[in-house]
Amino acid sequence: MKKPRTMKLSLPDEELVGSGNLACQGCGATLAMRYVLKALGQRTVLCIPACCWSVIDGPFPHSCLDVPVYHCAFETAASTASGVKAGLEMVGDTETTVVAWAGDGGTFDIGIQALSGAAERNDDIIYVCYDNEAYMNTGIQRSSATPFGAWTTTTPVKHFKNRPKKDIDAIMAAHRIPYIATASIAYAEDVYKKAKKAKDIQGTRFLHIYAPCPTGWKSRPEDSIRLARMVVQNSIFPLYEIENGEKYTLSIKVKDKKPIHDYLKLQGRFRHLTEDQIKFMQEEVDKNWARLLRKVESSD
Amino acid sequence: MKKVIMGNHALSYGAMLARSQVIAAYPITPQTQVVELLSEMCADKTLDAKFIKVESEHSAMAACIGASVAGARTFTATSSQGLALMHEMLHWASGGRLPVVMGDINRSMGPGWSIWTDQNDSLSQRDTGWMQYYCASNQEVLDTVIQAFKVSERLAIPSMVILDAFALSHTYEVVDIPDQAKVDEYLPPFRPQVRLTPDDPHAFGGLTSPEHYFELRYKLQKDMEKAPGLIEETGREFETMFGRYLGLVDDYLCDDADIILVTSGTAGYTARVAVDDMRKSGIKAGNLRIKVFRPFPFEHVRRIVKNAKKVAVVDRNISYGHHGMFFQEVKSALYGHDDSLPVFGFIAGLGGRDITPSTFREIADIALSKDRPEEEIIWIGVKR
Repeated sequence: MKKPRTMKLSLPDEELVGSGNLACQGCGATLAMRYVLKALGQRTVLCIPACCWSVIDGPFPHSCLDVPVYHCAFETAASTASGVKAGLEMVGDTETTVVAWAGDGGTFDIGIQALSGAAERNDDIIYVCYDNEAYMNTGIQRSSATPFGAWTTTTPVKHFKNRPKKDIDAIMAAHRIPYIATASIAYAEDVYKKAKKAKDIQGTRFLHIYAPCPTGWKSRPEDSIRLARMVVQNSIFPLYEIENGEKYTLSIKVKDKKPIHDYLKLQGRFRHLTEDQIKFMQEEVDKNWARLLRKVESSD
Repeated sequence: MKKVIMGNHALSYGAMLARSQVIAAYPITPQTQVVELLSEMCADKTLDAKFIKVESEHSAMAACIGASVAGARTFTATSSQGLALMHEMLHWASGGRLPVVMGDINRSMGPGWSIWTDQNDSLSQRDTGWMQYYCASNQEVLDTVIQAFKVSERLAIPSMVILDAFALSHTYEVVDIPDQAKVDEYLPPFRPQVRLTPDDPHAFGGLTSPEHYFELRYKLQKDMEKAPGLIEETGREFETMFGRYLGLVDDYLCDDADIILVTSGTAGYTARVAVDDMRKSGIKAGNLRIKVFRPFPFEHVRRIVKNAKKVAVVDRNISYGHHGMFFQEVKSALYGHDDSLPVFGFIAGLGGRDITPSTFREIADIALSKDRPEEEIIWIGVKR
C-alpha cells in the first residue's frame, strides 16, 4: 500500500492554548496567543494585566493555558515581568522566557510608564501588545490605540474619535530596544516567525499584534481574518520590524496598496463616516505609509 | 560587630543580612540612603541580589510582587507619597500572599510639601493586609527587618518596617551588626509552597467568583491572627541567638503606673525621659510603646494598662473626622473589658513638629487634671 502523504505544517502542531477558553467568536487576541506560544514553547511565563485575556484564560481555579500565568494589576505588565525575570534568575532559572501580555489600553495608556521604564532598562522580557483598538473587556471604550473616526461607547457617533492612533511603535523605537515588530493574526507564519526571533534576542522585545474584535468593531466574526489581512494590504497597519530602534524592515511588501474604503465598510464602528471623512483618513494613511517607507529606505 | 550607622543604613544592613535576592526601588527623600547603600552592596557583590531601578514606586512594588511570586526573597523601601502611589500594589502583595518586606520612612503627606515625619503615610495603608512594625531605634530597625522576613514567609503576608523621618532615618546610633552565619541560621532561605514556574504551571490571581473570594480573605485574616504569637515566638528565638527580644509592645514602668503614656516610633524614647522626670517628682508615670500596629496587640494593651488610672494615647497622625489612629485602636482594645478607664487622645508632632519631654509633661498634666476626657481629641502645641 502506498504511504499516505502528510500535510506540511507551516506552524508546529503543539497547542498551548486550550479550546475551553472564554473568548468571543472571531477573537483575534486568542489567535495571537496561540501563534506566539507555538513559537515560545512551554518554558514561558506570562504576566497578564487587566485585559480581555484576563477573562479568556478562564476563572479561578481554571486556566486554558499550559504555561504559568500571573494575573497582574492593569498598569504593571512590564514591571511585573521585570520582577518575575529577576526573581526566576535569582532562583536559578535563566532559561524561561518571561512575557508581558497586554491589550492596547494596558500598553498605550495606563501601562506605558512601566513599559517605558522596562524598555529604558532593557529588561530581558518580551512585551506583547495585542491591539484590538479599544477597551473591549470593559465594554468598548476608546483608548489611545483607537483609530481616527471610530465609534466606541465613549466616542459616540456624534463625537467620534477625532485624534489619530498613538504611534506606539515609534515610541518604543525611541527607547532603542533590540527588537520591535508589528504583526497581524491574518499572517500566522509571520507572527510565529517574529515571536521565534524575539525569543532568541536578549533585552526588551516588543511585539505589536493586530487583533480584530468583532464584538467591539461591530464586524462579523467570520471577517476577523479578512480584516486582519486587509489592514495590512491597505497599509493602515503595515508589517515591519525595527532593530535597535533604527533599522526598519518591511515584512510584507505591499505591491498593490488597496484603498481603505472596503476595510471600513466591513465594520459597524466606521458606519457613520462620510465620504469626505474617509477621504481624509485615506490621506492620513498614505502619509503614514510614505513616512514608514522613508524610514525603511534610510535604514538600507 | 558594632558600627555607628544611620537608620536608613540599618534598613540596608537588615536587607543584606536577610540575603534579599531582588530589590526594586525608587528614590524619595528621606529614604534615599537605604537604596543607595543597597545598590552599592549589589554592585560590589556584598549582596548577591538583582536591583531593579524602576521608574516609580508603583513599578517598584509590582516588580517586587513579580520577583516574590517567582520565588525570590524581595525587599524595597519608600516613604510618604511613594507609599501612597504603591497603594494598589500593597493590596496585590497581601492578596497574592507574597512575603515582600518593605522599609517605610514615616514622612508627612503633601500638600504642602513636607519631608518631615508623621505617620499618616503608613497608617493610611493600615487596611491593605500588611503587617506594620513601628521602630524606635536603629538597632530595632535592623533586627526587625530580619524578623519580618521570617514572620512574613511563615505566614505568606507582607511586612512594613517603619521608622521616623530624620529622628531615626538620618540619626546615627551604635548598632550591633549580627554575624551573617547566625542570621542564616535564624532565617533559612525562602522556599515558597507554590511559585510561578513552567515546571509546575498554574494561573495566579485570576478572575475569582463570589464562590471563592470570600474564603481567600477569611484565610488572610486567620493567618494574620497567627502573627502576634509568631512575632513573640520568633522574637524570643532572636533573643536567644542575638540577645535582643523583639516583641509586639515595649512597656516601661507600667506595672505600678497611675498614668500610662501610649506612644509609637521614636516618641516612645522621648516619653521615657518625661516618665523618669515625673517619677522623680512623685508622679507614677509609665510608657507603653506599641511596636506592632497590624496585627494590633489587643491582649497586650489590655494587660499592660489594666492597673492604670489614666491612659494618654499620643498620636503623630490623624484620621480626619475621627481620632488619632492608635487612640482608636487602644479604645477598641478596651471596649467590653474596661469601659471605666479614662483614655485621652492627643495629637502631636504632625509634619515633623518636635515632640519633646515637655510635650509629654504637658500631656500628662492635662490627663491627670481631668476625671475624663472633655474633648474627642486634644491638640498639643498647635497655634490657634
